[in-house]
Amino acid sequence: MASATGVGASVRRKEDLRFITGKGQYTDDINLKDQAFAYFLRSPHPHAKIKSINTAKAAKMAGVVGIYTSVDVAKDKIGGLICGWGITSKDGSAMKAGPHPILAEGKVRYVGDHVAVVVADTKEQAKAAAAAIQVSYETLAHVVDAAKAMTSKVQVHDVAPDNRVFNWGLGNEAETDAAFKRAAHVTKLDIINNRLIPNAMEPRAAIGAYDAGTESYTLYTTSQNPHVARLVISAFHGLAPEHKLRVIAPDVGGGFGSKIFIYAEEVVCVWASKHAGRPVKWTGDRSEAFLADAHGRDHVTKAELATDANGKIIGLRVHTIAAMGAYLSTFSAAVPTYLYGTLLSGQYNIPAVYVTVDAVYTNTAPVDAYRGAGRPEATYVVERLVETAARELREDPAEFRRKNFVTQFPHQTPVIMCYDVGDYGAALDKALAMSDYKNFASRKAESAKNGKLRGVGLSAYIEACGIAPSAAVGSLGAGVGLWESAEVRVNPIGTVEILTGSHSHGQGHETTFAQLVSDRLGVDINSVSIVHGDTDKVQMGMGTYGSRSGAVGMHAISKALDKVVAKAKKVAAAVMEASADDVVFQDGSFTVKGTDKKMAFGEVALQSYLGHKFNSSEIEIGLKESAFHDPANFVFPAGVHICEVEVDPDTGHTTIAAYTCVDDFGNLINPMIVEGQVHGGIAQGIGQALLEGCIYDEESGQLLTGSFMDYAMPRAGYMPNLADFKLGFTCTPCPTNPMGIKGCGEAGAIGSPPAVINAITNAIGVREISMPATPLTVWNAMQASGMKKAAE
Amino acid sequence: MENFNYHRPATTTAAVALLKKSKDGKFLAGGHTLIPTMKQGLAAPRDVIDLTAIKGFSGIKVSKTMVTIKAGTTHQDVTMSKDVNKAIPALAQMVGKIGGVHVRHKGTIGGSLANNDPAADYPSACLGLGATIETNKRKIEADKFFTGMFETALKNDEIIIAVHFPIPKKASHQKFPNPASRYAMVGVFVSQDGKGKTRVGVTGAAPCVFRAVEVEAALNEEFSAKAASAVKISAKGLLSDMHASAAYRAHLLSVLAGRAVAAA
Ligand SMILES: Cc1cc2nc3c(=O)[nH]c(=O)nc-3n(C[C@H](O)[C@H](O)[C@H](O)COP(=O)(O)OP(=O)(O)OC[C@H]3O[C@@H](n4cnc5c(N)ncnc54)[C@H](O)[C@@H]3O)c2cc1C
Repeated sequence: MASATGVGASVRRKEDLRFITGKGQYTDDINLKDQAFAYFLRSPHPHAKIKSINTAKAAKMAGVVGIYTSVDVAKDKIGGLICGWGITSKDGSAMKAGPHPILAEGKVRYVGDHVAVVVADTKEQAKAAAAAIQVSYETLAHVVDAAKAMTSKVQVHDVAPDNRVFNWGLGNEAETDAAFKRAAHVTKLDIINNRLIPNAMEPRAAIGAYDAGTESYTLYTTSQNPHVARLVISAFHGLAPEHKLRVIAPDVGGGFGSKIFIYAEEVVCVWASKHAGRPVKWTGDRSEAFLADAHGRDHVTKAELATDANGKIIGLRVHTIAAMGAYLSTFSAAVPTYLYGTLLSGQYNIPAVYVTVDAVYTNTAPVDAYRGAGRPEATYVVERLVETAARELREDPAEFRRKNFVTQFPHQTPVIMCYDVGDYGAALDKALAMSDYKNFASRKAESAKNGKLRGVGLSAYIEACGIAPSAAVGSLGAGVGLWESAEVRVNPIGTVEILTGSHSHGQGHETTFAQLVSDRLGVDINSVSIVHGDTDKVQMGMGTYGSRSGAVGMHAISKALDKVVAKAKKVAAAVMEASADDVVFQDGSFTVKGTDKKMAFGEVALQSYLGHKFNSSEIEIGLKESAFHDPANFVFPAGVHICEVEVDPDTGHTTIAAYTCVDDFGNLINPMIVEGQVHGGIAQGIGQALLEGCIYDEESGQLLTGSFMDYAMPRAGYMPNLADFKLGFTCTPCPTNPMGIKGCGEAGAIGSPPAVINAITNAIGVREISMPATPLTVWNAMQASGMKKAAE
Repeated sequence: MENFNYHRPATTTAAVALLKKSKDGKFLAGGHTLIPTMKQGLAAPRDVIDLTAIKGFSGIKVSKTMVTIKAGTTHQDVTMSKDVNKAIPALAQMVGKIGGVHVRHKGTIGGSLANNDPAADYPSACLGLGATIETNKRKIEADKFFTGMFETALKNDEIIIAVHFPIPKKASHQKFPNPASRYAMVGVFVSQDGKGKTRVGVTGAAPCVFRAVEVEAALNEEFSAKAASAVKISAKGLLSDMHASAAYRAHLLSVLAGRAVAAA
């Protein structure tokens, strides 16, 4: 039964008081004694040879401690940045990973590439000195457009003559071709998934500090996964063995994926701190975030869907060109492959699916996982195609989906995934009812009276998160295992510390994890603290991304809690002089069956540390347990989004008139936090659909959308009114984890873009429109279709 | 940002004297344009002369025929002013759409006009209402004040003191914001005076704020939304960028002019 603070309760977030009163401790809030400041000199060119770097004048400037370039990197034999996921091409060849030095060596490959670093007494001095460094460049032709990369004469990396990193395929090709041969109808779409710039509220920051006494380093950094950072910096950059490197990720102000990766700046701060003999601090500014954080999406896709005479989907064929940017970022190769192709069956029973992906280098910032990572791209392809097919076949898009839904579980798709459980029809029914879908026509008429074009669009998404088990991801090319660890430390007075390898940067772990503990141990949630983000405290962990903290991270805690309870039972039995089998633990108390003997959890905790009343050679002193959890499968959240838009035909401006989303996340831990995650995800999805679009100028290779003046973020005003923004839930508990939970962090961003675009195309009566559907884009589309009509 | 000398004079005379003495000094009002440009290294004045300590540099006066806003008055004070809201509601409403709350509490009318950003809102009100810009040297008609992109008729040592807006019979301002910056992609300020004369000031559409004379002519014939939006606007000379093509801006101009007339 759910208590007021246990699993299932909408407990207010414990961490928010600290955050909203400015008492958070972010990396930039930390200042170390004698720290110096780093400033990175960045490339002004999209592609150029570095002929020489002259630092003589800059080195003499006030406050300069040191200036470092690739020459110094080479001297110290510091390894380059890596991509931790290897993809094998269809022809069996390994992906072509070009070198990615922490400071550019011989060549720069995008505007913002890190060329040199100045360390000085103040930030201003470092910046001034950087301006005095003379770099002689020989500019080279560049390519920024993914669609043109393979045919361009430009060669970003020597290892990839046609700029192709890999040519990967997944699915049953022969069956798919056969399905298209016998299809009654084929729906084709050309789809661009627009490049996005993550823009977490807190820009990246790092402080590297070297302790000459212990010959060890500490890195404070804005990371979603500090242990992975330690592993990579140690194993690949070779800066220090793991036991001589401590990575601390304190409060982190949002990540959305962009803080998973191991970037040059953070590594340079650690490395430079030994040279400088002082801690080295770098705080990226917003412009640097635009230029040099890993971007998201950027796919160019041709997709086709085959249906039979009964409107049953029989095949899906997809070819995607995925931009990787100038270098392969930490997990980049996994995103357009195993996080994308594997989801192309959607919620549908499609016997034949075949996808090929060409990943390409372009002279742009690297592209990597961004909220949803691959799954939004897959959902966009599937849901735009399915909606378009339904319209072409003159079937109701809701019913067309329903008749193609997977209804038997487990369901093996042709693209690796085996869906464990779900009830897609239930979510559809609920969403149709909540959105009053059947009365759309009357609302459309009402909008028309006000001179507005109303449209409705659906999206039935499925996603796979909590990527696991480790052996499976290893076989697909992952360089790491994707388990999670936890340690439960019960203090002698019964308060509890949870050490977790997950990392909270907005997710609310301090609350939800405490709810689990409160539920299981019967202690007050305020008696529980969550410790994370410090490799000296938490032994090992894989961090937070891919909606894995609940499905994977909490289950490690759950396992350790089981061990704690088992041990505490033994102690309680000894103290109460009963058999452990007769001890029952419920609501925070240990009782002995058939007696009135009773001990509170705190008393047992104390006794376990006192050791007065049991034989310590039989029962070990103390109450502390740890566990690793490696799930048996991914989890598969799924749901239905229904979006209604109003388009102003005079200006092309789109308003989200109503939005309904029904998700199946299995059991919910904290419905309020889940709703917050869904609201935020949908806001990002609406941002992608209506506003956000990263643009590099083809001619100059410069980032045109390099600030908020030109890159439009979703604002509150773009969201529907609260009364028209409806969230609902269905529940099929996940069978592969004991808590029956799935992941909720990315689903909103995954499901929403196609719903919005399907609504706009419905409103203005066009087949295709590209994201972001800005007023200009929508107006242009209306003009083009209007002109066509006039010409007919 | 480069280092600079900071001055805080108490009178306009002292401010102008400081500027004349400096090699490349700059006045500072709300700082919401100047400071970002300095941060980006686009401006690096050696002397920054803060105008905010000058006594009597801000304030609003409304007579029967005229709204006078002193140069240092913040956007917030203008949009919240009961007198302005009564005399020229369209002006108060327009100012309420400049930037966000923070911007409105710092930005000033003097800074906005001296800067003459092609997408700023105040310049369209000045042209749309036929305002007069008063400086330490002279009075300049709005029609002669805005000379080009970020260019005005101001001499180097000239300082804006106040802006005088004649009170129209009716007026309205319509803004179609750029989705990213929220500056005007196109903004149209329409007014009609007691004699039936119409003025239409347009911002955001071209390199410099301008009067849509064809629309004015049509409205002088017949002051109706239909008449306003029926005027075919040429895209020639209008701005074209990733947010809006020249053709789209021309179209928006017509739409907004019609809406402004309907709302006036
Ligand atoms: C995020 C943001 C959003 C914005 N959105 C909008 C918007 O939607 N619409 C809009 O119109 N504006 C917008 N602005 C601009 C805002 O209105 C500015 O405040 C204004 O352009 C400049 O006023 P200021 O007082 O800040 O001038 P400052 O930045 O202090 O000065 C600007 C220039 O004017 C000169 N100057 C200042 N006062 C005088 C004077 N009395 N005489 C002569 N020269 C003077 C300065 O020397 C400088 O060259 C926005 C600004 C920001 C930062």
